[in-house]
Amino acid sequence: MVELKSEPNRLTALLSGELDHHHAKEIRETIDFAVRDQLPPVVILDFRRVTFMDSSGIGLIMGRSRLTDEYGGTLEIHNPSPQIRKVLRISGTDRLAVIRNTSPAEGKEQDHEETE
Amino acid sequence: MKKLNELRCTFPARSENEGFARTMVCAFAAQLDPTVEELADLRTAVSEAVTNCIVHAYRGMEAGDVTVTVRLLPDRVIHIRIADRGCGIADIEQAMQPLYSSAPAEERAGLGFTVMQGFTDRLNVTSKPGKGTVITMRKKLSNGDQG
Repeated sequence: MVELKSEPNRLTALLSGELDHHHAKEIRETIDFAVRDQLPPVVILDFRRVTFMDSSGIGLIMGRSRLTDEYGGTLEIHNPSPQIRKVLRISGTDRLAVIRNTSPAEGKEQDHEETE
Repeated sequence: MKKLNELRCTFPARSENEGFARTMVCAFAAQLDPTVEELADLRTAVSEAVTNCIVHAYRGMEAGDVTVTVRLLPDRVIHIRIADRGCGIADIEQAMQPLYSSAPAEERAGLGFTVMQGFTDRLNVTSKPGKGTVITMRKKLSNGDQG
């Protein structure tokens, strides 16, 4: 459901599967444990392998945004699918974090920053 | 309005059933050949409504059931009814306010109704404290066969 990758100055959480209320708690606990431990300047939630997300995912993003704000870190959302983008847009969450497309060239950033 | 087909399913209000419920509705709706985006909209709206039942309806009491009814109506209209027999909502207007949640500690964003409204054409909520809540949603599918 979530794989963590630590690099200098950033922590990437590679999420996968369906991000709903049933799965959100475990993902949240895994990410928070690592974030509190490392206090990385940039926390990336990478959605490239997430096949579905409802507002439980918004709760996850809002909570992590608050957490990174606490210590002056930045939250980024990478590679949301069209369905996830629509949930972000309708809920206004697209203003809470930088949204980037870095896929399909895995890991290689295209810096396709969006401010929609 | 005359219904063309109907699915009704009742299951316990357990979070394991969230994925099943949204997939079931989409599988049934697939006979109308919706677009990929329309299916994703239905999947998301159903997930929100069913999750509300599971998170809120049976708080502080023995968990009961959720009943999902899907009707296919003429002119490619899908009608979805999601009902519980739980605690009900005392103040529907407040519950529907974006970002309002009665369970913020569980990191609920308070956006379930906002998403349901955004992903369907019509949303109706009726509730009686102590009796339960019924949510109905309608969505008209496009005629396109781009799907």
